[in-house]
Amino acid sequence: MTTLHEEKIKLLEEKANLIRQSVIEMLIEAKSGHSAGPLGMADVFALFYFHILKHDPKNPAWSERDRLILSNGHICPVLYAAMAHAGYFPVEELNTLRKFGSRLQGHPHREWLPMVETSSGPLGSGLSQAVGMALADRMDNGKATQKFFYCFMGDGELDCGQVWEATMLAGKEKLHNIIGVIDRNNIQIDGFTEDIMPLEPLKEKFESFGWHVLEVDGHNFEALSDAIGQAQAVFEKPSMIIAHTIPGKGVEFMERRFEWHGIVPGQGPEDKVKKAEQGAVALNELRTLCGRIKSEHE
Amino acid sequence: MDTLNPKLFDKDVEQLPIRKGYGDGLLQAGKEDERIVALCADLTGSTMTSVFSKEFPKRFVQMGIGEQSMASVASGLAAMGKIPFLASYAMFSPGRNWEQIRTTICYNNSNVKIAGAHAGVSVGPDGGTHQAVEDIAITRVIPRMTVIVPCDAIEAKKATLAAAKMTGPVYIRLAREATPVITTEATPFAIGKAQLFFTPREKAQVGIIAVGALVYNAIIAAHELEAEGIYASVMNLGTVKPIDEEAVIALAQEIGALVTVEEHQVAGGVGSAVAEVLVRHQPTPIEFVGVHDVFGQSGEPNELIEHYGMGVSHIKDAVKKVIGRR
Repeated sequence: MTTLHEEKIKLLEEKANLIRQSVIEMLIEAKSGHSAGPLGMADVFALFYFHILKHDPKNPAWSERDRLILSNGHICPVLYAAMAHAGYFPVEELNTLRKFGSRLQGHPHREWLPMVETSSGPLGSGLSQAVGMALADRMDNGKATQKFFYCFMGDGELDCGQVWEATMLAGKEKLHNIIGVIDRNNIQIDGFTEDIMPLEPLKEKFESFGWHVLEVDGHNFEALSDAIGQAQAVFEKPSMIIAHTIPGKGVEFMERRFEWHGIVPGQGPEDKVKKAEQGAVALNELRTLCGRIKSEHE
Repeated sequence: MDTLNPKLFDKDVEQLPIRKGYGDGLLQAGKEDERIVALCADLTGSTMTSVFSKEFPKRFVQMGIGEQSMASVASGLAAMGKIPFLASYAMFSPGRNWEQIRTTICYNNSNVKIAGAHAGVSVGPDGGTHQAVEDIAITRVIPRMTVIVPCDAIEAKKATLAAAKMTGPVYIRLAREATPVITTEATPFAIGKAQLFFTPREKAQVGIIAVGALVYNAIIAAHELEAEGIYASVMNLGTVKPIDEEAVIALAQEIGALVTVEEHQVAGGVGSAVAEVLVRHQPTPIEFVGVHDVFGQSGEPNELIEHYGMGVSHIKDAVKKVIGRR
């Protein structure tokens, strides 16, 4: 992976911001869904869809593409937004999220939207599917394969036993072209992960299962990109990138608060912003980068 | 009848475990199509997956005791164009991994085949924990799933080969014990097609619809009843889903009273599937032979079949009872 130039970083920042705006717009329109996770992962999605992935939005079925498996399907607003901005489908379609007849189901359904790699929602199954895909690819192409299988997971879903079944299998099979990305935002529905079911020491857990593990700031494009480059270069084991993210990132009144996990603007706690104003304030914050840009929006 | 085992009524009728047919079918399917791959959760010997894995070690994934992951790994393999066959005991797959089968296989419409071995109380001494008597119900309720319950090893081989050739998720139910070989290589088999396996010499008063190894008990019951002047025909349903509606309705129409026979909970199983068809098209009195809302226990297979009311005498009693309800 080549080092990111300043211009590229600027482009990625712009894309991430657009993705965040779309996420908020979609959720306001849908009136239900998840806010914190999608905002927290917007930078990771921007980096993948506009820099990392070997893919062709105009030919989503291209057999040589990298596979991106979203295991924690509930953060799909950020997946849909990234895909729309990357050119998979019109950005306007994002407003159909969670509506009757929409391809953008509340949790991704591969049959409705074949350009997603799998259906997901029930947690803990994505890594197994990535392992299955990588095993099939190895049967066909051996270790010289050029494809990568990326699996995005939430930290909360690491509570699921199935994740560890898949982690063991990938370690045993030394599937070097599997790269997992954990959204380490420390929250889940009922509270902080370390209160609900402690995950630490997380890095050591995966290492002991035979994985190469990198920890990185999930909002730092350079650091993330470097980590992925390192992971791609590891040939003898699968890699896990623990991306430390801020849930709700980009909208100040949502940041770091587990209350915003499964609700949308207009439903959140009112200690900072009144319900009726949450949508407008969130969009304004994103459009003005938290007030740093004094623009026509004010 | 011509195509069934000519020694069917002999005391020393040949016996083979139904699961053997799965192993043989999987091996042959694997030779015919290199997209076929197999997965197993630490039970390669008893599920007969070893027949395949020895021949094609590179097309086999040893999961360890991880049935949930096995279902999803199979979904991933299928997403890349493989045709995965996964096997474990029915209690664990589709028992333990039902949600993974629903979401990552059926909801995705993945081309994955699931073999559930050691189904029914005839697992025997292992006891109730290992006796899956709910698997037909929980698989047939999932949209897109095809559910096949072969009656012997030969039919199991044909079912495995047919599953390999059709696109979409399939569940094949297998049993542990050696059971009578009912069919021959020449017996026709097609997914979704029921067949009459026994026709009495006079007009039937009762139609018996059976699946699995109990098809043998049903045939013996009908045969013995004939000597008593009671006439019953026996249909091997074979595929529980999609059920052969035409054949089931025709049988009910022609005869007017039915008995269903399955080594499974009566709730949600084959009897339910038959009743669901008939109440809409041809309301017919039915007696259900099967497990009635209890768990199994340790014992010899035949002992348990008798204890839970699925022996030849129970089928005969059910036939007599339903005649009174015509």
